[in-house]
Amino acid sequence: MQTLVQYLISSGIFGRHAPYELVAAITVIVMSAAVFLGVAFPFAGMVSWVERRVWARIQSRVGPNRVGPNGFLQWLADGVKHVCKEDIVPDEADPTLFKLAPYLVVLAFVLPWAVMPFSSSLILADLNVGILYMTAVTALTVVGVLMAGWSSNDKWSLIGGIRSAAQIVSYEIPAGLSIFPVVLMTGTLSMQGIIRAQGWAPQHWFLFANPFTMIAAIILFISALAEGNRTPFDLPEAESELVAGFATEYSGMRYLFFFMAEWGNLFIIGAIITTLFLGGWQFPHVTRNVVVMNVLQLITFNVKVLFLVFVSMWIRGTLPRVRIDQLMSLCWKYFVPISFLDMVGTAIWVAIWPNGNEWSGYVMFAAGIVVGVIFVQRVIYYLRRSRMELYFRPTI
Amino acid sequence: MEALAIYQRLKDQFGDQILEIVDRKTDPYCVIAPDAVVEVARFMRDDPEIAMDCLSNQSGVDYKDRMEVVYHLFSYAKRHGAVLKVKLPRENPAVETVEKLWSSANWMEREIFDLIGVNFTGHSDLRRILLPEDWVGHPLRKDFVEPLEYHGISTVRESPIIRLESKRK
Amino acid sequence: MNTLHTEEMTLNMGPQHPSTHGVLRFVVRADGEIMREAVPDVGYLHRSIEKIAEKVGYHGFMPYTDRVDYVCAMFTNQGWASACEKLAGIEVPKRGEYCRVIAAEFNRLASHLLSVGTMAMDIGAMTPFTHALREREMINDLIEELCGARLTFNYMRIGGVAFDLPPGWREKALAYLDHFEPIFDEYNALISYNKIYIERLANVGVISAADAINYNLVGPNLRACGIKWDIRKDVPYSVYRDFDFDVPVGEGRWGKLGDAMDRYMVRIRELAESARILRQALTRIPSGPVLAKVPRNFKPPAGECQVRIESARGDMGWYVVSDGTAYPWRVHVRTGSFAAMGIMQKLSRGLMIADLVTIIASLDVIAPEIDR
Repeated sequence: MQTLVQYLISSGIFGRHAPYELVAAITVIVMSAAVFLGVAFPFAGMVSWVERRVWARIQSRVGPNRVGPNGFLQWLADGVKHVCKEDIVPDEADPTLFKLAPYLVVLAFVLPWAVMPFSSSLILADLNVGILYMTAVTALTVVGVLMAGWSSNDKWSLIGGIRSAAQIVSYEIPAGLSIFPVVLMTGTLSMQGIIRAQGWAPQHWFLFANPFTMIAAIILFISALAEGNRTPFDLPEAESELVAGFATEYSGMRYLFFFMAEWGNLFIIGAIITTLFLGGWQFPHVTRNVVVMNVLQLITFNVKVLFLVFVSMWIRGTLPRVRIDQLMSLCWKYFVPISFLDMVGTAIWVAIWPNGNEWSGYVMFAAGIVVGVIFVQRVIYYLRRSRMELYFRPTI
Repeated sequence: MEALAIYQRLKDQFGDQILEIVDRKTDPYCVIAPDAVVEVARFMRDDPEIAMDCLSNQSGVDYKDRMEVVYHLFSYAKRHGAVLKVKLPRENPAVETVEKLWSSANWMEREIFDLIGVNFTGHSDLRRILLPEDWVGHPLRKDFVEPLEYHGISTVRESPIIRLESKRK
Repeated sequence: MNTLHTEEMTLNMGPQHPSTHGVLRFVVRADGEIMREAVPDVGYLHRSIEKIAEKVGYHGFMPYTDRVDYVCAMFTNQGWASACEKLAGIEVPKRGEYCRVIAAEFNRLASHLLSVGTMAMDIGAMTPFTHALREREMINDLIEELCGARLTFNYMRIGGVAFDLPPGWREKALAYLDHFEPIFDEYNALISYNKIYIERLANVGVISAADAINYNLVGPNLRACGIKWDIRKDVPYSVYRDFDFDVPVGEGRWGKLGDAMDRYMVRIRELAESARILRQALTRIPSGPVLAKVPRNFKPPAGECQVRIESARGDMGWYVVSDGTAYPWRVHVRTGSFAAMGIMQKLSRGLMIADLVTIIASLDVIAPEIDR
């Protein structure tokens, strides 16, 4: 960034004696606008299209298919439509908070992109507290959502906002604790550092490093779904109960902001898990060309993230919603104790094998494959062979 | 038990309170005195032979010279049914509620109160159920005349055929 | 510290709310997420259909009966037709009765599919709804071919049905059943045994058998409480005597007997039973006329009768009073949803707001049927 600013000043676009701070500020604003408008927002839009298509396929519908090839530009059309719509602020609402809330939610969605490790060099800022920063800024959502729920002056919004606050704050704990095993094993909080500690092959991923990390990965994924208000934890906006939850009173662009943040958060959820457990951008060292290598790493990272995004869409298309008390008991009775034990277990593991255990990677990977095969078999069984007898023996 | 046998048993039990037993091919019924409704109903519910555990239907009928409340009782235990009727005067019809015997009567009595205008004394929550609270009159009465407007909303509309013809001209 | 003072909140759920299945309103008194009470307020869809009956005459009322319960209009048609036939002592031709049963059972499939689909949607799973509606669309296509309408059928007439089965329809219907029976297993696998789904439904809105009878619950809601009572089986009307089918009852397999899961499961199993009846009816349908000779100026003798038929929402009672003229003196429809709403206030106490949605869905109430 500094080199860029120096270059801009020396090139004389702003004149020879332009103040450094001003140029830096303009550059930062332009750069971040470019990143967010060029990467984050289109990505959220595209995810919305992908989600609607995937979901439609799951539900044996067609989905959006009119605007652009296969409806690919639907997200643009929707965005334009929402921007053009009237922005209604209810009379009874608290206008300041009401208007501020969507920006906070969007802020919580754009800030993590600063430490998003797309490849070995494509990262805005490789903070030495990267993962901590990530969890900290994503938790900003709760402020925005609670603000939206409160300021709407609508009981449904309020319940939605409170539910959301309870849910996000609760699930922060198991999510945060599930990051610890990886941090214990790598000794760093930097995103790039964590990725560099893993290898490109699955058995070198932290997902398969030892049993504790696998459990941590699963807990983190579920908690992240809960934090991102995704099915089966979409209680804050449960449309069959709370109309649209905290977003009930919003319209037009502000409404769009909430949903953009939700879809964008899918990517962030995927990115966190990919970084921590799935080896991030790690790719076999096939060429010495740095640019080609970076492109390959970028593709690897995105494929992994998009797979996780797809899984979360798949879950959304399959599962019903849990109730608030079940949600809370799942978090506090199961996830929090398990993740604490998990942390202790990892600590012991690291004490015994400070440099990791080569064999456990292979064993865990094999175990993972077995689990996957059993899962697929069960799916096939349910789809093909389940009959009315299932009613009488629901456990088969 | 056949319906007629039930009525006979009621006659034996209550004597004068059972005003009339009408024997017909379809749905024979018996008419009971308005004062004795709860008494007879309680007997029918609690008697082990009759054991009417369900009030299956309750409707009000306006006969221009009188009001009737009809109780269709049914017994899941014995699998038989019976029809009771109460004849009420047309002016200020009132009869005691059977809500305490069968909870389903709560809503059905509210509906009769709403649409026919029979007052159920002792009912816990006798409000209009289907119509708005400020509605005047009871629409299922034969002499009900629909008001021309309700809160400024007209209740009559031009016949679409007439409107079409006038447009054509 | 054992009592924390909290303020109750009065929530107004409806009349326009995504999960109230029509225009219903609940005044919910809630303490946070926990409901103290939900008081139903009905009547937003009241069209005074009973009054209309007094104005339009016997034949003319048939299309209006569709509107009593538009989700399973065949049964309201059938109830009205049967009541008039009982009043006038008309014998319906055998083929006409079979046509009625076939149409009605297809309609029951459609209604139950909608019911279980919306139930899954209210719990938060969107996919089963579209899968259920996909199947329902095919039934709608079949019925459209039969009577020209997809929702408000106006198919039955006093003394039979309006139209005979079109040529080739029987084979199509049988082919549909071939398709439907395995699909319905898929549906089961998709949602019925889902852990979250069972957790959400089991032990919610438990109705005891005594309460169910006391509140006059009918149909699947009653059977879910363990009472084996089906008008088709116990007081057979039409030609149901000819068919071999079971009456599914709730078993309390996943929670207490009479909970929402039982009600859901009874509906699911009734789908299979309806398919069984349909198969038998379609293969055994006799030839002959479908409509008895009924005078155009239909004047039943003075008298009154009550007819109970098993609609998709249970025992539907048609109480008709005739004074011997061409217009009925009084018509009263006792519907399953009306009774089911009566128990709502009692059921809702102490549950969570999310459970209210579950209960509404599991009782399968349809707003027009409550308000008529």
